Amino acid sequence: MLIAENITKRFSGVVALDQVNMELHFGKVTAIIGENGAGKSTLMKILSGVYPDYEGRIVYKGNTVSFSNPREAQESGIAIIHQELNLIPYLSITENIFLGRELETAWGTLDAKAMRQQTEKLLRKLKLEVDPDTLVHELKVGQQQVVEIAKALLLDSEVIIMDEPTSAISESEVEVLFEIINDLRRENKAIVYISHKLDELFKIADRYIVLRDGKTIESGEMAGMTHDRIIQKMVGRGITLMRKTPCCKQKQEVLKVENLCLKHPARPQENLLKNVSFSLGRGEIVGIFGLMGAGRTELLETIFGLHGKQITGRMCVEQQEVHFKSPAYAIKSGIALVPEDRKKDGLVLGLDVKTNICLTTLESMEDMGMLNDSKECNLADKYIEELRIKTSSSAQAAKNLSGGNQQKIVIAKWLATKPKVLLLDEPTRGIDINAKNEIYKLIQALADAGLGIIVVSSELPEILALSDRILVMAEGSLTAELPVDEATEDSILKAAIPKTI
Amino acid sequence: MSPEVYMEEKKEKKGSSSAKASAGAAQYKQHLVKFQSLIALFILCLVIGLLSDKFFTVANGWNVMRQISVNICISVGMTLVVLTAGIDLSVGSILALCGAITAGLLKFGLEFPAIDMFVGFTVLGAILAGMLTGTALGAFNGWTITKFKVPPFVATLAMLTIARGLTMLWTEGFPISNLGETFSYLGTGWFLGIPLPVWISGIIVLVAVIVTKKTRLGRYIYAIGGNESAARLSGININRIKIIVYSIAGALAAIGGLIVTSRLDSAQPNAGISYELDAIAAVVIGGTSLSGGRGTIMGTVLGAIIIGVLNNGLVLLDVSPFWQQVVKGFVILLAVIIDKANAKGE
Repeated sequence: MLIAENITKRFSGVVALDQVNMELHFGKVTAIIGENGAGKSTLMKILSGVYPDYEGRIVYKGNTVSFSNPREAQESGIAIIHQELNLIPYLSITENIFLGRELETAWGTLDAKAMRQQTEKLLRKLKLEVDPDTLVHELKVGQQQVVEIAKALLLDSEVIIMDEPTSAISESEVEVLFEIINDLRRENKAIVYISHKLDELFKIADRYIVLRDGKTIESGEMAGMTHDRIIQKMVGRGITLMRKTPCCKQKQEVLKVENLCLKHPARPQENLLKNVSFSLGRGEIVGIFGLMGAGRTELLETIFGLHGKQITGRMCVEQQEVHFKSPAYAIKSGIALVPEDRKKDGLVLGLDVKTNICLTTLESMEDMGMLNDSKECNLADKYIEELRIKTSSSAQAAKNLSGGNQQKIVIAKWLATKPKVLLLDEPTRGIDINAKNEIYKLIQALADAGLGIIVVSSELPEILALSDRILVMAEGSLTAELPVDEATEDSILKAAIPKTI
Repeated sequence: MSPEVYMEEKKEKKGSSSAKASAGAAQYKQHLVKFQSLIALFILCLVIGLLSDKFFTVANGWNVMRQISVNICISVGMTLVVLTAGIDLSVGSILALCGAITAGLLKFGLEFPAIDMFVGFTVLGAILAGMLTGTALGAFNGWTITKFKVPPFVATLAMLTIARGLTMLWTEGFPISNLGETFSYLGTGWFLGIPLPVWISGIIVLVAVIVTKKTRLGRYIYAIGGNESAARLSGININRIKIIVYSIAGALAAIGGLIVTSRLDSAQPNAGISYELDAIAAVVIGGTSLSGGRGTIMGTVLGAIIIGVLNNGLVLLDVSPFWQQVVKGFVILLAVIIDKANAKGE
């Protein structure tokens, strides 16, 4: 058994974990549940030796332990499988598994044969039927994950921590993973399973621990728990999303898409989008739901002009047919895209709030070829106030703001272009519940002000709460179109599940 | 007002005031970091001055300024390139080629034996031709980098040998000398008590500061270096900006070539070898991040001055040229290590 007692961890004054207690039992799968920022990752990093300085103590098999680096934790039998896999793509499975702990012959050369044999044995145990000499980059993500697990087993790990293991793998791969987890449980390993997907937790976990704002809220047996109760514990209260009253029936069409197809960049015979047609009215919020790989993001990118030449089909903005060679053309026609990954695609993190907000409209900030600082400040201050962006000043670097406020900057920079159509790709990913509610209110206010809005989301409650109309995608096609009052989680999910599997 | 709302407001206020305080501290630190290189330069001058009585003389001062003016021309262009997260290794060769072209056109003009035609060049015409060549080669760099996605390191490395080869072809391996008084005024003349090369580099610096701080182009350069993907999604034409930036770097290298050629009154086929490294050194010492998006023109100028003073001081102190290289290398390392430490503290 592994017990963590009163663990407190501070980052330059900010308390990330506050007197957290946790027990992990051998032969059980323990789910760690909590929102983003609840402290799950921090706790796991302490267990696995990434953060050596913390208050409190960890008792492992009856002894107090403290790890000063990940290697020490690994050697005592605690392994962590990160969400982003730590494998080296151009090395083989064997080389990856033995990385840093290679076997050597008496001559001091690598004992390739022995390593290969052991790898074979591990792979067979994990039912991964591939050649140990296969390069890791040739494997599917799910298979790579199995390699990570093999790495943990090589060290005879007894505690295996899995951080969001199913975030990037397909349904069938999840089944394989669960079989492996069940085997490991039978071998009396303690497994920590972190996931946002509650359904999975009900399938696989024996026990649960709920973290909220760095504190342990509750722990216990999974049996007897319900979805709603867990969500309540996570959030601290039930989610009360107000449903917007659906907007008036007669809508002025602002965007129309007909038979949109997008070629696969590598396989020209295949289409990522297949004959997608829909329209969007002024003041309407259309929600698009789909599972991973359904083509949601590609649809928004295509509308925004990011896939210039690989597309066929027709697109009209306010009845005018348009062809976007690049985002610049889309922006001119009044289309704006708030991308899925704001840190990667939305913001220049090192630049300040003002510069980020003004980036899309610099042309109008010029006087005789020079940027006018006061114009920029005015624009930035206007949106900081309107969207209630919490920042010490417009000169603060964007990287110092919280996720919700960063998202508001991205929205602000697009509102500055006075768009007619706002495309939002996972607008509330990775931000806390209060900020989420603020973003929801903002989206609705924008729709009320006449913008046509498309929201792509993988969270059903979000889609149901925000949309006037819901489109469902699967494998690049639209599979259903539902008015919000007829849509249920079941009907949406049914349409979203690919038929070909 | 309900007590809850009141509490929330109070919290917010507290949060923003402490955020302000930390922003103030960060600003203070930023100033300190800025001064760091100035202080280093100051100490450097002081030490050299104490060791050599020739250092703090007016003549030596102008000498140093004139020597660094070429590096400043190139480094300014290099700064722009590095800010976009690129690099330009070809500037030394472009410098040589442009100097040689100007010198050749000035001295021999252009002959077209096939159609029995001869075109003579005025000083201005030859200078423009040289600069045009530099700009074109820079644009070619930008074109291969954006159109074919060749990494800047490779594209400009190729241009380094291409331009050097063209220089050899054009000069047939021999210097082109005796270019006339008017042209040599550019590198050796004085205007209002200041050497002409210092004027030229000074004006370039001034324009570059304005461009980086006050224009759309400058803003786009920082945005591309800071996050190319976000810049693209903001509707910025990345390829166009990059081609412009590499063209500017080529043009500035050409100006450097004109100054060098004019000062020596001779275009040397092997001029400018390893100048790109001095320029990169100035950029790096000046605190510009090689991964792009962070840095200033004035930082680079300071970096160039530090290198120039160091070179000059080591010569005055009779340090062997071999040791000079070793010292310079360590200074570059030290500058980057300090810079890293600063970035970590942020």
